Amino acid sequence: MDMTKIENLDHLKSTHKSQSVRKYFVRLKNDLIRDRYLYLLLLPVLVWYVVFKYKPMWGLQIAFQDFSPYKGIAGSSWVGLEHFQKFLGSTYFFRTLKNTLIINLYGIVFGFPAPIILSLMLNEVKNKSYKKTIQTITYLPHFISIVVVAGMVTNFLSPNTGLVNMIIEHLGGEKIYFLTKKEYFRTIFISMNIWKETGFGAVVYIAALSGIDLQLYEAAIIDGANKWKQLIHITLPGIMPTIVTMLILKIGNLLTVGYEAIILLYQPSTYETADVISTYVYRSGIAEGRYDMATAVGLFNAVIALVLVYAANTVSKKYLESGLW
Amino acid sequence: MKTSNTEKIFYAINYFLLFLVGMVTLYPFIYVLSASVSSPDAVITGKVLLLPKDITWGAYKKVLSQNEIWTAYGNTFYYTLIGTAVNILFTICGAYPLAKKRLRAKSFISFFIVFTMWFDAGIIPFYLNIKDLHLLDTRMAIILGFACQAFYIILLRNFFEAIPDALEESGRCDGANDLQILIKIYLPLAKPALATIALFYAVERWNGYFWAMVLLKDDKKIPLQVLLKKLIVEANVSDEYATMANISTAYSKETIIYATIFISIIPMLIVYPYIQKYFVKGVMVGAVKG
Repeated sequence: MDMTKIENLDHLKSTHKSQSVRKYFVRLKNDLIRDRYLYLLLLPVLVWYVVFKYKPMWGLQIAFQDFSPYKGIAGSSWVGLEHFQKFLGSTYFFRTLKNTLIINLYGIVFGFPAPIILSLMLNEVKNKSYKKTIQTITYLPHFISIVVVAGMVTNFLSPNTGLVNMIIEHLGGEKIYFLTKKEYFRTIFISMNIWKETGFGAVVYIAALSGIDLQLYEAAIIDGANKWKQLIHITLPGIMPTIVTMLILKIGNLLTVGYEAIILLYQPSTYETADVISTYVYRSGIAEGRYDMATAVGLFNAVIALVLVYAANTVSKKYLESGLW
Repeated sequence: MKTSNTEKIFYAINYFLLFLVGMVTLYPFIYVLSASVSSPDAVITGKVLLLPKDITWGAYKKVLSQNEIWTAYGNTFYYTLIGTAVNILFTICGAYPLAKKRLRAKSFISFFIVFTMWFDAGIIPFYLNIKDLHLLDTRMAIILGFACQAFYIILLRNFFEAIPDALEESGRCDGANDLQILIKIYLPLAKPALATIALFYAVERWNGYFWAMVLLKDDKKIPLQVLLKKLIVEANVSDEYATMANISTAYSKETIIYATIFISIIPMLIVYPYIQKYFVKGVMVGAVKG
């Protein structure tokens, strides 16, 4: 008696389950039919992501292979972590990691405050058309291609006919071939970036500044606060969240360098201070055809970069109560 | 409100410093322009510092008589126009469905797309993939290889999400399907956002050089930026350009390089004043939710 009851119950349960499974599929089918155009729109995008973003990720396995383009991924033999060990043991590892970090840190120390200072200065301009003119001028280099900017740098610094050396000579100094001297590379690169991106970088801070309540300033003036005190007690605290967010973003991208610009400016005599991880990947992979080794180095860089970005986002969530995305 | 004397001095110094910042930003452009229309002799002897000396259009005449630069210019226009159109198409196709709450697997698909912002396979696997697809040295590699960016899909999705559902429902009452609702209701409303995103894509297309340099070998297909790299950065002048480097009263290697630089940035200088406000808007939107 009991047994049949239980069997009945089980039977009931399973029919109930299969019914709900069936219901689920019916609903799924209805939803898919109802939203067919939405899926139709998504399809090319998803196919594109598979073919151009995820398929290369599948190709990352050559980092663990003795890869031969003729044999392909399937035909090449596995070598485990050999390429990683080789890279970590080579002089390139220390040199490229050091340069990547130093160039980024210099970029933060010298480049990060520049747009903040510019936005603070612009914020004090009362004449609207003057403010707008300066803004328009300083945004401009952001829109000029890095090839043109690097080309101008190369030509201005050229030893014989470059503007800078002509001025040095006029002043009675000795001509310097700046771009072949490793001690000048980072200065040149960072200066170029500051010139190119400070104006546009200020946009975010100008937006933040415009959000500060003007009544705060009026109250401060009544209390007798001078410009400096207003800056310390109202303006800076007002844009601090933006500053912190931007700084965390920068730190998250500590391993990402504008290698496209470095490739345009560096040369063998400046590799010692200019060669970063990405430029090394480009040189050994594209130029020398050592695909497996270059992929391993790139993967090493990408994984650490991912960890850094993730950490930056976690920090941002914890202290700013909002993630970076 | 009265301004005290110290404040007056403060404002004056601030105005002056900003003037200097503006000059430092503009000076390279002014110099390039002045040098490009000056006589080679004046440029080499350092007589040109701000204004042109002994004005001559020789360098421009010479540069514009070269086929290379016209081909590269045409290619850049092609990559920018077609490329941006493809970018916008893919971005809309990705953004609109993801803005619909009822879409199944919405969060999974979003993650699938956004993940590529955090983790990229890198230079070599991307290159080998293009090679596998037999797209190396084809225009399609540039057009299709960079057909969309996750960041802009998310940006546009956020914009679409902010459009009230009531509009969609009213369209549905009129018997419109999802495609018609997208085209007739959402896209017209999203025009400002679409313009901003299209301009971001277009400027990137116009200025992009790295992948064009890596993926294209044929001189007939290279865009302006790759030609510029050869001419002005490497100074690795081709035979045709090399003959131009001969000393002449009308042009020299330097004035030709400066003329080439200026010719290449003219389109940007023309459209820049009109498009910059869209970029400022775009940065604000991006800053709200990056």
